[in-house]
Amino acid sequence: MTNALEIKGLRKVYRGGLVALKGVDLIVREGDFYALLGPNGAGKSTTIGIISSLVNKTAGSVKVFGYDLDSHINEVKQHIGLVPQEFNFNQFETVEQIVVNQAGYYGVSRKLARERAEKYLTQLGLWEKRDDRARTLSGGMKRRLMIARALLHEPKLLILDEPTAGVDIELRRSMWEFLTRINRQGVTIILTTHYLEEAEMLCRNIGIIDKGQIIENTTMKSLLGKLNIETFVLDLETSVNAPDIKSAAARIIDDHTIEVDVAKSAGLNSVFTELSEQGIKVLSMRNKANRLEELFVNLVEQGRETKEQA
Amino acid sequence: MKNPIHFTALKTIWIKECTRFLRIWVQTLVPPAITMTLYFVIFGSLIGSRIGEMGGVSYMEFIVPGLIMMSVITNAYSNVAASFFSAKFQRNLEEMLVAPVSNITIILGYVGGGVARSLIVAVIVTIVSGFFVELNIQSYGMIILTVLLTATLFALGGLLNAMFAKTFDDISIIPTFVLTPLTYLGGVFYSITLLPEFWQTVSQANPIIYMVNGFRYGFIGVSDIAPTVAIGVLVTFNIAFFVLAWWLLRRGTGTRT
Repeated sequence: MTNALEIKGLRKVYRGGLVALKGVDLIVREGDFYALLGPNGAGKSTTIGIISSLVNKTAGSVKVFGYDLDSHINEVKQHIGLVPQEFNFNQFETVEQIVVNQAGYYGVSRKLARERAEKYLTQLGLWEKRDDRARTLSGGMKRRLMIARALLHEPKLLILDEPTAGVDIELRRSMWEFLTRINRQGVTIILTTHYLEEAEMLCRNIGIIDKGQIIENTTMKSLLGKLNIETFVLDLETSVNAPDIKSAAARIIDDHTIEVDVAKSAGLNSVFTELSEQGIKVLSMRNKANRLEELFVNLVEQGRETKEQA
Repeated sequence: MKNPIHFTALKTIWIKECTRFLRIWVQTLVPPAITMTLYFVIFGSLIGSRIGEMGGVSYMEFIVPGLIMMSVITNAYSNVAASFFSAKFQRNLEEMLVAPVSNITIILGYVGGGVARSLIVAVIVTIVSGFFVELNIQSYGMIILTVLLTATLFALGGLLNAMFAKTFDDISIIPTFVLTPLTYLGGVFYSITLLPEFWQTVSQANPIIYMVNGFRYGFIGVSDIAPTVAIGVLVTFNIAFFVLAWWLLRRGTGTRT
């Protein structure tokens, strides 16, 4: 299978000496739904900026569907659709003008651009707003407008830099459905997000970047497999003082709630058995934290400790 | 998209630019008509009638080409400076930078927008001047050539200014402190032959002298500067500004990180 994106030894040193990327290597396969995660200032946006040619690289190579950024910049650009983090359209233009103009920059005729505008604006629930000026749209609509704009030239690689920031959960879920659908249709997607639940739900592969270096690059499944202990919150029917659970570490949160840390290998059955034997009925149960979030924090911290020791 | 000029993209940028200044026509097309009407009334009718002839024609007839050129210069410059800087400031310039649009196409699109606005303003001001004086035309070719080259040159100037600008103040400094003095001292209101010899020589370093005189030659057939020299100076500056704009855009000065 072709590589949608192939980055080798990517370095970026900003004027003033700030080293943003320290030799990033990354491969994203065609058709993948890839999450690029990292704390603020880790180098995610710089990496995306270089791929989309908004930031000049210091060293290294970038290939998009086999085209080298240095020698075939137009082909690289033609294959990429970019949804940046910040709203960067002209607030005084109408929704339709924004998307049709963007298609024009990619050489799409106005007639075809209008047809595609109807298709994508309808899919993203914006067709009714096509004559409204962008500044009158809600935050969620603006986010969807940026996705529609990035798709008008029908790119094979869609890069989304925190596309659901500040978007309510209902809208976020509808955007997830839309992105999943276009990914199934063959568009490779690279996503950066701070909502780790989003990455866990959507992406098959994941890269974690910190301080300008990739510290993890693997499948979502194998990454989640590294999680040994999960914390569950149990809501109980009766009040408890000190539950006697031997198979897991338990803590009392309040009269009717306890937290248990369960080893993946041990499973939950023994916890329920012990509670039943003590006559304690469990009403409901939930994960305390997002699983990926725990892993993410651990990996970043581990990476930093290793560097400090070195 | 191998060609250096991408015509669909060029057409898109040009339409976008024209839509912008036509959408805000009260800010872009009306003010020059009002300002120039005041110039015609005050300098042409009231003061001009006491001055008498200049360059062999009435004072009013003498200043009309200069005032049209002044509108062309101001509007070509400010259109591109404001539009390009806003695009940079709001970051919607990135829409073009991420697309396979060549730098030459971006320059031609923005400059084309500035030239379109300045030509519309030139037509408006010419129509307004028709209420004050009967214009005679000696050379259509010279008028068209000079106005196009001047509009292009100052549109390029506005683009260069916007590339370097970091704040909105930066796009008003050059028009206020450089462009306005050069225009007023550029022979719009007087013939440089009225100046002492030393200042005549100094004036020849002012590029606007060549534009105003070349344009005036098209109307009244009289000029302080030979028309071929005027065209030569304009072409030279146009090439220099275009190459500079292309090089800066290619380098990413003020546009890329």
